[in-house]
Amino acid sequence: MTLALFYIAGAIALAATGIAPTRVNAIHALIYLVVSLLAVAFIFFLLGAPFAAVLEIVIYAGAIMVLFVFVIMMLNLGNRGTVVEQEMMNPSVWIIPSLLCLILLIELSLSIASLKSETNPIVVSAKEIGISLFGPYVLAVEIASMLLLAGLVAANHIGRRLSKMDQEKDEG
Amino acid sequence: MENLPLVPLIPFVSAALLIATAGRLPKMVVGLLGAGSIAVAGLLVLNIGIEFLRDPTPMSIHLWTWISINEFKPAFAFYLDGLALVMMSVITGVGFLIHLYSTEFMQDDASFSRYFAYMNLFVSAMLILVLADNLLLMFLGWEGVGICSYLLVGFWYQDPANGAAARKAFIVTRIGDTSMALGLFLLVAELGTLNILEVAEIAKERWEVGATIPTIACALILGGGLGKSAQLPLQTWLPDAMAGPTPCSALIHAATMVTAGVYLVARNHELFMMSPLIMSAISIIGVATLLLAAFTALNQHDLKKILAYSTISQIGYMFLALGVGAYSAAIFHLMTHAFFKALLFLGAGAVIHCLHHEHDIFKMGGLRKKLPVVFWSFLIGSSALAALPFTSGWYSKDEILLATWSVPTLGPWLWAGGIAGAVLTAIYSFRLVFVVFWGEAKTIPDKQPGLRMSAPLIILCVFSIVGGLINMPLEQVFPSQTNAHAAGPVAWITMTIAIVGVLVSYLLYLRQQINVEPILNKPALKKLRYFWYSGWAMDALYDRLLVRPYKLTASLLKTELIDRFYNLIVESSVASHRALSITQNGKLRTYAINLVVGIALLAAFLTGIV
Amino acid sequence: MNPLIIPLSHVLMLAALLFTAGLLGLLIRRNVIFILMSLEVMLNAAALAFVGASAHWGQTDGQIILLLILTIAAAEVAVGLGLVLQIQRRFKTLDLDVVSRMQG
Repeated sequence: MTLALFYIAGAIALAATGIAPTRVNAIHALIYLVVSLLAVAFIFFLLGAPFAAVLEIVIYAGAIMVLFVFVIMMLNLGNRGTVVEQEMMNPSVWIIPSLLCLILLIELSLSIASLKSETNPIVVSAKEIGISLFGPYVLAVEIASMLLLAGLVAANHIGRRLSKMDQEKDEG
Repeated sequence: MENLPLVPLIPFVSAALLIATAGRLPKMVVGLLGAGSIAVAGLLVLNIGIEFLRDPTPMSIHLWTWISINEFKPAFAFYLDGLALVMMSVITGVGFLIHLYSTEFMQDDASFSRYFAYMNLFVSAMLILVLADNLLLMFLGWEGVGICSYLLVGFWYQDPANGAAARKAFIVTRIGDTSMALGLFLLVAELGTLNILEVAEIAKERWEVGATIPTIACALILGGGLGKSAQLPLQTWLPDAMAGPTPCSALIHAATMVTAGVYLVARNHELFMMSPLIMSAISIIGVATLLLAAFTALNQHDLKKILAYSTISQIGYMFLALGVGAYSAAIFHLMTHAFFKALLFLGAGAVIHCLHHEHDIFKMGGLRKKLPVVFWSFLIGSSALAALPFTSGWYSKDEILLATWSVPTLGPWLWAGGIAGAVLTAIYSFRLVFVVFWGEAKTIPDKQPGLRMSAPLIILCVFSIVGGLINMPLEQVFPSQTNAHAAGPVAWITMTIAIVGVLVSYLLYLRQQINVEPILNKPALKKLRYFWYSGWAMDALYDRLLVRPYKLTASLLKTELIDRFYNLIVESSVASHRALSITQNGKLRTYAINLVVGIALLAAFLTGIV
Repeated sequence: MNPLIIPLSHVLMLAALLFTAGLLGLLIRRNVIFILMSLEVMLNAAALAFVGASAHWGQTDGQIILLLILTIAAAEVAVGLGLVLQIQRRFKTLDLDVVSRMQG
């Protein structure tokens, strides 16, 4: 039964990810993406990784996607934005990327097809992850926090309004 | 004998002094220094000659070793034997007379001192050439006379035509010099020495007669001789060299430098005998040249050009003699030719000097009464040139012709050519005499030659007649001639043919009995006459063959053909740079596509699919 | 829980498909926000592959790497969106093909 659930969740994830890039409106695309992320989180549950699933939902779908939405709202493009997008999409754009991705997919599937293994029916609980985070991977945690600090500083600096003109534009 | 090194040294020092003082000395001093140095050298030669004749053993004086590399040690050394003595005597004797003559001839010239400097330098170089005991030192003298010839032919350099004539002389002889240098390199590479005596010995041991290497070496060295002596195919420079002052033409282009080629072959006769092919070639070249020049001289009307072509022709006789192995006869003719040719040139100089620089013989005439000394010099000189009986020229030319008759196979043909040449020589030399000295005077001489010009003329007249009786000390130098004595008719024809020529000339030019004008003016014959006049069109031939392709190549290379290839490398790298920089277009999606293509290829390799 | 038997190759196949879909989205769109979105998709696919592999072995490592991937994604999105703001301000457009000062 888990297999069936896995296939369903996989199908939903694929469908949502496939539709998302074709959308004209950025917010719509983001919503589709959130759906895809939730499906993947469900797959994590099925694989016996509850901690990973929760992380996926809370951070990925809850923080990162929401950040996207905030920025789009700040840009305030409105209807003009969607019209421009519509103009940018035309069929001839699809040919070469599709070809390349198809080739890549074939290569990947060829290499994966040789695998003949199954997953272990074990649930890896959050407790075990906590122990290993404070054990062997403690350095990784520290570095990750530094990375977040760097990202914070960079984002603050880059997103800054530098001139009076920018300030007026943002307020107006 | 120890004074031998002084002989070339004294003229050299005099030349250096004259160059250093560069015209600041008064003319009297320059004349004394210039002619005096040759006189002193001549007296030294006389002294050495008397000693040598008493005790004729060849000797050499070693001054210092010039180069020393492994076993190759050419030295600055002089070698005295009969041949060197004869050459030295001719050079200093005739040279002194010409220098004396020049003191009057060049009196009004502004560059009096420069003239004597060059002439002395020339005599010094020529003496080094004949005294050298190895071919390298001889080559030094060879080049020395070449440069002096250039300097003297282009003496009046203000006129560009003289400069062109000088360059032509230098370049044509240079071709010969290069050939000779290559021959010397070959000898050094094969034999390891350039000492003349050693070369002769080792050549006889190492090679057999007729082998390839000596033939090539002889051919190359012969090339140098052909250049300096103005034989086929390098004879085109001599007529143009008449642009120089007449006494220098007398010295360089009649008595001494042009005989350097003859001396070269005579000195190295042992080496040349290793190659019968080259010997035959020498005799054939000699005959061809003498006939070619004789035909041309017949058609010229410039006084000096006639004498120039006659020089080429007479040297052809000397080469003919060398080719058949009659070395003594060749040197004998060299000596007598020096006498009568110098006499003729000096006489021509007197005519030109007194007729205010008129050169065309058809504009002269009737000078028999007006310039008596010159008339007698010309008469005697032309008789010797034509080899009328009992003149010095008769003795030497007959010796040559009789020697050629006895050569197997080729002999009679060479003899016939020589006889034909002798007739032509008589015709054109007496043509000159009759046209210039008989008939009505078209130009009146405005002065008479002075003592310093007449005295050398008279002395040379005497030598032109009695010179045939001089017994040259050449027995030890050359192998003795075993002449099968020519049959009676041959000997008689040889001896008397010149008279026939004079008779023909007399009838044509003096009495004008046979009227050939209508025949001569026919168009076909006019073309032939022009062909002969231009020296058998050799100048035009060389122009087409060598000069024009050279100029074409030069103008082609001016477009920097080879650089274009290197520019192509630069241009192609710039073009490929431009092509590649199109990929840097700043568009993210292009970069992304490039990335994906790369990943696809890489994945194909890494996952083992390809 | 019931025994879970999901073939690893299927999980990886799904990851590959998701990755390719994200790549396609990246190559097609010109709008910089969509490109960033496609990047997130690709990162997610990689994370799926990691977690599946760690579930196969019953270890915790894959999930820890998921944590790190999430951290990286967060930092990258923050910086990237800052850049998006600046692009919008300077070039007045979000079209990446226009944002190029090279003469190409």
